[in-house]
Amino acid sequence: MHYQPMTENDKQEMLKQIGVVSFEDLLEGIPTVLRHPQIQIPEPLSEIEVQSLLRKIGFQNATVKDHLSFIGGGSYEHFIPAAAAQIAGRQEFYTAYTPYQPEASQGTLQALYEYQSLMVELTGLDVSNGSHYDGATSMAEAALLACRHTERNKILVARSVHPHYRSILKTYFEATPYRVQEFGFDQDGAFHREEFARLLDSETAAAIFQTPNFLGRLEDLDGIEKDLHSAGALFILSAHPLSLAALKTPGEWGADIAVGEGQPLGIPLSFGGPYLGYFAATKALIRRIPGRLVGMTKDAEGRRAFCLTLQAREQHIRRERAASNICTNQALCALIACAYMTLMGKEGMREAAEINMDRAYYLRDRISELPGFSVSPKNPVFNEFVVQSPKPFSEIENALKPQKIFPGIGLEPFYPEMKNAFLVAATETKTQSDLDSFAEALRKC
Amino acid sequence: MLIPQENQLSFEKSGPGRRGVKLPASRFCKKKPLERIPDLFKRAKNLEFPEMTEPEIVRHFVNLSRKNFSIDTHFYPLGSCSMKYNPKINEWAASLENFAWVHPLQPESSVQGILQIFYELEKDLLSITGMDRFTLQPAAGAHGELTGMMLVRACHAARGQGKRRKVLVPDSSHGTNPASAALLGYHVLELKSNSRGRVDVRALEEHLDEETACLMLTNPNTLGLFEEDILEITKRVHQKGALLYYDGANLNALLGIARPGDMGFDIVHLNLHKTFSTPHGGGGPGSGPVGVKKHLSPFLPFPLVEKQAEKYRLVENQKESIGRVKSFYGNTGMLIRAFVYIRTLGLSGLRQVSENAILNANYLKEKLKKFFPVAVDEPCMHEFVLAAREAKKADIHAADIGKRLLDYGIHAPTVHFPLVVEEALMIEPTESESKETLDHFVEALAEIAQEIRQDPEKVRQAPHTLPVRRPDEVLAARKPVLSYRDQVRERILLAEGISS
Amino acid sequence: MKYPKELKYTKTHEWVRREGGKVTAGITDYAQHEISDVVFVEIPKVGQAAQREKPISVVESVKAAFDIYAPVSGKVTKVNTELESDPGRVNHDCYGEGWFFELEMADEREWQSLMTAEEYENSLKQEAK
Repeated sequence: MHYQPMTENDKQEMLKQIGVVSFEDLLEGIPTVLRHPQIQIPEPLSEIEVQSLLRKIGFQNATVKDHLSFIGGGSYEHFIPAAAAQIAGRQEFYTAYTPYQPEASQGTLQALYEYQSLMVELTGLDVSNGSHYDGATSMAEAALLACRHTERNKILVARSVHPHYRSILKTYFEATPYRVQEFGFDQDGAFHREEFARLLDSETAAAIFQTPNFLGRLEDLDGIEKDLHSAGALFILSAHPLSLAALKTPGEWGADIAVGEGQPLGIPLSFGGPYLGYFAATKALIRRIPGRLVGMTKDAEGRRAFCLTLQAREQHIRRERAASNICTNQALCALIACAYMTLMGKEGMREAAEINMDRAYYLRDRISELPGFSVSPKNPVFNEFVVQSPKPFSEIENALKPQKIFPGIGLEPFYPEMKNAFLVAATETKTQSDLDSFAEALRKC
Repeated sequence: MLIPQENQLSFEKSGPGRRGVKLPASRFCKKKPLERIPDLFKRAKNLEFPEMTEPEIVRHFVNLSRKNFSIDTHFYPLGSCSMKYNPKINEWAASLENFAWVHPLQPESSVQGILQIFYELEKDLLSITGMDRFTLQPAAGAHGELTGMMLVRACHAARGQGKRRKVLVPDSSHGTNPASAALLGYHVLELKSNSRGRVDVRALEEHLDEETACLMLTNPNTLGLFEEDILEITKRVHQKGALLYYDGANLNALLGIARPGDMGFDIVHLNLHKTFSTPHGGGGPGSGPVGVKKHLSPFLPFPLVEKQAEKYRLVENQKESIGRVKSFYGNTGMLIRAFVYIRTLGLSGLRQVSENAILNANYLKEKLKKFFPVAVDEPCMHEFVLAAREAKKADIHAADIGKRLLDYGIHAPTVHFPLVVEEALMIEPTESESKETLDHFVEALAEIAQEIRQDPEKVRQAPHTLPVRRPDEVLAARKPVLSYRDQVRERILLAEGISS
Repeated sequence: MKYPKELKYTKTHEWVRREGGKVTAGITDYAQHEISDVVFVEIPKVGQAAQREKPISVVESVKAAFDIYAPVSGKVTKVNTELESDPGRVNHDCYGEGWFFELEMADEREWQSLMTAEEYENSLKQEAK
């Protein structure tokens, strides 16, 4: 076997040294009825055969590269600098273990420290952890944190938050004494302020908002911080990370915790994962943050050094009293995001955010001119918006199939009242002719 | 050669005006969109990101990478972590455009290839573990455990057994076991192991009652020992109406050798980043599929993959499902890698993995027990635990021995775990290592054992050859500096006299 | 290691000083030595109810977390907030600046059941065996 150096000679020599006659002797602890079960796995393939098999299976998938795609909904086709992928592909990062031995992991540790530093800058909050599984699970962890911190048991969540995120929150909370209440949104897709105010009470641990929300709309969160804090509740905000280079940050809105999907920061779509949940919070919550944190310190010789810190919060020490059960995180994805953000730099990040808005606004303007289609032209958006269509989305989707266009996401499955509406995303990857040809194709639908 | 002074942050290397990427200059809108939205929505504070060029950035990260140990550069005898070689063909496959650039919300007809992999991988995992149905969604082992415990809860609730609030774990269990159970409000009770490091069936019997929801077990356990009484254990737990949860962290010993499903486990989670060779990535991403027996499958998270009339479908209609545990469908990239690994090895290759892993571990154990006593000296599975009790007299701890090993170019074993062994060194060589590498490791530990007697200070102060030595973790925890902004704000660097 | 005679002790290594109806508590020299460098103390809230032998506070070292138990039942009347910014006090001066909290005793009889310094030292010797 080409991954395993053991030869027949080695094996015999080792058995001799161990002092047993055959390998079977080493299995004496396993009841014989359990040993060597029948297993149905195909015979091994050579690498040539594996390559051809995977190519063949791969061809059964369409991609956003061989189609013109306007699908977003929490996962976005963004530009990835070639250097970001190359950096992340360094085997010394790729095949390293969790940095529990700081002397043997300064590379990973410093990169994660830089990632934390960049996320602190981006979100405008005080502390970022070293990453979480994805945007949805980091939001659920934030909600759990809020309940523990405030010793209250109710979480309010805007119905305009990503449906998967709300669904996961429900799954997590189902098994706890905590509960979730949702507040709706208005015709323009903005959260319902009165409904929110009505539900906010002394039992509320936190309220969760997303901006841009699932419908692409930027939420006006003015005054929310005051409402929540005067009620003794925490403010949790989920945001598209790239938007924060140009748009108001969770810190500036007064949020206590920022969570979200870090996939736009250099991570390919990969059919939904691995992605990157970011998690940032104010200093006041530092001891309650779940997951790994990297700190700067000095070594025995006074040199700068990095190590995992505040570990007593974590499962391997606190066991059943840990802040969370999280162990493995998404370190490699955090590294990619770190390389991505460093490459984009101060100007690049801001420009990329602006270009996203430029593409989305241009496309929305074009679609608004199409007979039968309508958009909300005044809605502030980032790179995604709702289109009201004259016919069911499935018909649009089918009509555009021959032209290899993915027009977006039908909204009815997520919000039954939104008949014939669909969600369109346009990122910096789209050219003017991409956008024009999409608009023209829609016109002919 | 490492550049030792290379420890500046990107932020500190920043040069105003430098750029790392070039973006399109053209704008399509006549009026800038930022001018079309109220100021209320705009970022007020400048984004203080580093400003560097591509070559500077590449050099920065490549130099950082060289300060790491990794599987591709070093041997990692890290117990319970299965640090095996990560085949490059896995990476090749996962990065194919036809997998990496598929959007999770594309129409089902356009993602048939990925769904086929999900479908076939599930079948493979079922066969390997002896279970009836798998969800591939959980993003990591601990996430799988959480999902598994949600299934336990849902199952008891459906049977009207909601009063079962107690979860039993052996005192040698992984920390995530009690943490996952506690997250769902379970009361966790630790079972004392017997003198041979295994579950004490009598102690188990004493604590099993009508309120027990579940027993969580790793088998082989963290001492690398197979639970000989496993059939008796699962029988008794089931007799009391409780469930059995299998922590798959140590499955690398069992491929083709024994199956948790046959042992009587109801729920299994696997760590694809251990047994199935997906890379650790410095701490993730992982993947933690969860398998169940038939009676628990109605509760599995949605969606599941099914094959209907030669088409693969994502099905979301299980009425009793606990719901969704991860956005979209799981860590697809990791699932593809594991699939490729299983196809490459085939049944015979997988068997060889476990056989060689067990052989390597027993060989090392035999060679090393001259220098450090084995916690339980019996034939082990894929790992074993040494107890460096003697070294303690010289005020040297297991952690120090681990650090001294770094000087030999060998990663430290898992130290001070499991908690039931004093001064534990937990060693798992995996099947990837050659006899020569193992012999080198034995020589290194032999020298260290001698050093403990002759020059203990050298061990206490180790490592001596790495970029840093013994970072002050007390300082890091008492005065956390967690970002560049913390540094700037508090000027802690100066105050503490850290030289850069 | 020192165990002042005027204090009383628990088997979970807390010391207790009595002044009228109130007691002050912290952790013993033995405990701070075993824990080694204290990096964080989670102190209780003023007004919080304490129940004898139930966890009321947590001490963290770099690699471990330890529960601190209420030596007697009562209500928390004062806490040592200085420990938040300088947890090292627990190591430097465990019977003085490193105190944790003050309780108003609910039941005077509980005071009687605490160990004397001599009894505590003996119990440590027993434990060592």
